[in-house]
Amino acid sequence: MSPAEESAPLVLVVDDVDHGREIFAEYLEYRGFRVATAADGLEALEKAFDLRPDVILMDLSLPGIDGWEATRRLKQDDRTRDIPVIALTAHALASAHDRAREVGCNAVVTKPCLPKDLEQEVRRQLEMKTTQGGDAHP
Amino acid sequence: MGSKAKLALVDALLAEQEARPCAVLALRWLERHAGLERGLCTVVDHESGRLIGLAGMGASLAGVDSFSLDLADRTHPLVVALAGGEPVAFHDSGQSLLRAFETPLGNTVFHAIPLGNLQEELGLGLLLATGLEDGPVSDDVLWATEMLGVRLAALWYRRIQTDERRHKRERSLLFSIINAVTDPILLTDADGRILVANTGAERLLTAGEDKREGWRRAVALNNMLFSASLFTNAAESGPTRRELLLVDPSEGLDLLFEVLSSPVTIRAGETGVVSVLRNVTDLRRATEEIEENYRKLRVAEAATRTERDRLDLILNSVLDPILVTDPAGNLMRMNPPAERMFTFPAGKRNVEVERRVRTNDAVFTSFVSNLYAGQSLHWRRKLSLLDPQTGATVPVEAISGKVVSKHGEETAVVTILHDLTEAEEKARLYEQVTRHSEELKERVREATAELAEQNELLRRQAFQLEQASAMKSQFLANVSHELRTPLNAIMGYTHLLLEGVSGSMTPPQNDKLTRIDANARHLLAVINDLLDITRIESGKMPVQKDRVLLPELIDEVMTEVEPVIAGTRLKVTHALPPELPEIETDRQKVKQIVLNLLSNALKFTPEGSVAIRLEHERDADEISIIVTDTGIGIAEENQKTIFEAFEQANSSYARRHGGTGLGLSICRRLAHLLDGRINLVSRLGEGSTFTLFLPSKSRTV
Repeated sequence: MSPAEESAPLVLVVDDVDHGREIFAEYLEYRGFRVATAADGLEALEKAFDLRPDVILMDLSLPGIDGWEATRRLKQDDRTRDIPVIALTAHALASAHDRAREVGCNAVVTKPCLPKDLEQEVRRQLEMKTTQGGDAHP
Repeated sequence: MGSKAKLALVDALLAEQEARPCAVLALRWLERHAGLERGLCTVVDHESGRLIGLAGMGASLAGVDSFSLDLADRTHPLVVALAGGEPVAFHDSGQSLLRAFETPLGNTVFHAIPLGNLQEELGLGLLLATGLEDGPVSDDVLWATEMLGVRLAALWYRRIQTDERRHKRERSLLFSIINAVTDPILLTDADGRILVANTGAERLLTAGEDKREGWRRAVALNNMLFSASLFTNAAESGPTRRELLLVDPSEGLDLLFEVLSSPVTIRAGETGVVSVLRNVTDLRRATEEIEENYRKLRVAEAATRTERDRLDLILNSVLDPILVTDPAGNLMRMNPPAERMFTFPAGKRNVEVERRVRTNDAVFTSFVSNLYAGQSLHWRRKLSLLDPQTGATVPVEAISGKVVSKHGEETAVVTILHDLTEAEEKARLYEQVTRHSEELKERVREATAELAEQNELLRRQAFQLEQASAMKSQFLANVSHELRTPLNAIMGYTHLLLEGVSGSMTPPQNDKLTRIDANARHLLAVINDLLDITRIESGKMPVQKDRVLLPELIDEVMTEVEPVIAGTRLKVTHALPPELPEIETDRQKVKQIVLNLLSNALKFTPEGSVAIRLEHERDADEISIIVTDTGIGIAEENQKTIFEAFEQANSSYARRHGGTGLGLSICRRLAHLLDGRINLVSRLGEGSTFTLFLPSKSRTV
């Protein structure tokens, strides 16, 4: 496990389940990303506005402000509008995925999800952001 | 003889105003003063031209009356004596007589002394006397005769003149009378010569020169016909009657006369015939007319009878009672059905029957009187009659109509009685049916209500079921969510360890972690399949149709199974026809089916080959994707059940190959979602062929 460089992309991992946060956070840090975590919607919004991460991994079923609502607010705010949000959910039904896309999620990934598959999606989102005018790159 | 006696005679003669007593006075005087025994006074009747007896003495009265001598017989001694103007003595010796003749005085000597000495051609008359002295007649006798003559001349001629005037009058009256008779009247003599004819007869039988030729011919013909008819009946002594056809001279028409002829005495010893002709032409015409009318009447009667018979036939053939009444309300006619209701039956009397008939009659009479009272021509009312035989009430509708002649006279009323029993029975039945129908409706209503209740119940149950189903779906979704979360942790940590995030593993550790990973994946597959089935069954599986290029899709599938194929020694081929139509379907689901079928084929084929090919018949509306293997095959008895959920021909084998047992079930359901189907042909131990048929449009790419 190598320490993340200052210039490495910052990924905000939002999940109310501890092991969920731990697995993805540990793997992404292991793979060279900077990682911040949040356990609920409110914390996710605070950290997003505060840290301006490069990508947000958003669990949808959260206590309080859920992932859909949090994403909706992020996408309505000029400060966070352009941050890609990858919804990460154990919901397999299409309706949950559709709602996620409606509120502005850039991608939806169904749990269980292998950490390396998730890393691939994060990199894809970062690449897309770069080609659309972004600057961050790990 | 003294002058006193002569004076007495003169006085007596002058005192007497009648001829006959004068003659008797003179005869008596001569008996007393001149010895006259029997005497006969005769006078000339100028009218008849005869010498007739006026009065007699010593001779029978009948003899005096019957004495009549034709003055035309100039050779008769008495006529000669009368013409001589001198007394003549006749003797019975007969020698001095030129011919014998008879007088009422008998065959004695007598003197014939002319009465008076007038300048008349034939004198006034003759006095015939017996018992006078022989020789020349004495002056006294001559004086007395002369006196008588003078007086008779006065009386006789006055009488004659009176008679003649009267006769003239009577004659003209008589002619007026007979002329007034329009019937021709004729008097003919024995030779058929016409002596007298009235105007009517003259018109037929005489013709002046001024008349037309036709008229004269007609008259000539009529004379001939009339004479002929006279002689035909000449033998008859009494009045005769016969018909005679004459011609009307003015118009030429035939006239038929009835001729009444009676023989008459014109003069003594001379007979004639009076004929009265009665024109019966009109009578005969009238007779003929009457006969014709009678004949017509008979024909009309026959026609009427025929008409009446026909009417009877019609009336009798009508089953409803029909009655015809005259304006007074009396029954004129009725047909047999009416007779049954309104007359007593022949045979044994039955008080009940008669009472009912009378009741019917009263009801009917009352009904008809309404019509006579009113102005309307028609009348209609319901009546209640009685069946005379059974006494049952017979409801009828009585319809009456006045029969009015051309002159507006009411001649009859015709009434027809329409039996309403059947109609009322029908009405009753109808009501019954209506009631039953109402009951039925009520029942249907109840049943409907019950049904609605049941429906409501079912609806509620359906709703509950739906809710239950939704809850089940939700439950499964939740379960899925709750299973995935720990599975995520298991797979995630396993992955971290295998990736060496927490440091490198020993080979046995690595082995075991790989086992954990495989089982976690299988569990994930089962969970995904369960979720699919749940979604399909609850109708929540979204279908997103799009244009799909099958060759591209097959390539993708082949790429995905490439790692699996690489792990086998199977020969895998795929073949595409040169022309394939683009189809419109849900790409993801077709891929899922094909992937599943191909995965199965690879799994259950230990050795040999697996082939995938597409087929499409030109113009067919289906395209088929065929996956054939040379694998273990499926027993016939299992070929149906393998499509059921949680069934697999050999579950242990399936498990060994990582199957969930839900794959084919999901494939079949997905195929149905896409309006397609999956067909299976297989033999145990020889391999299987699964075919997916999908609907296509005939558009080629």
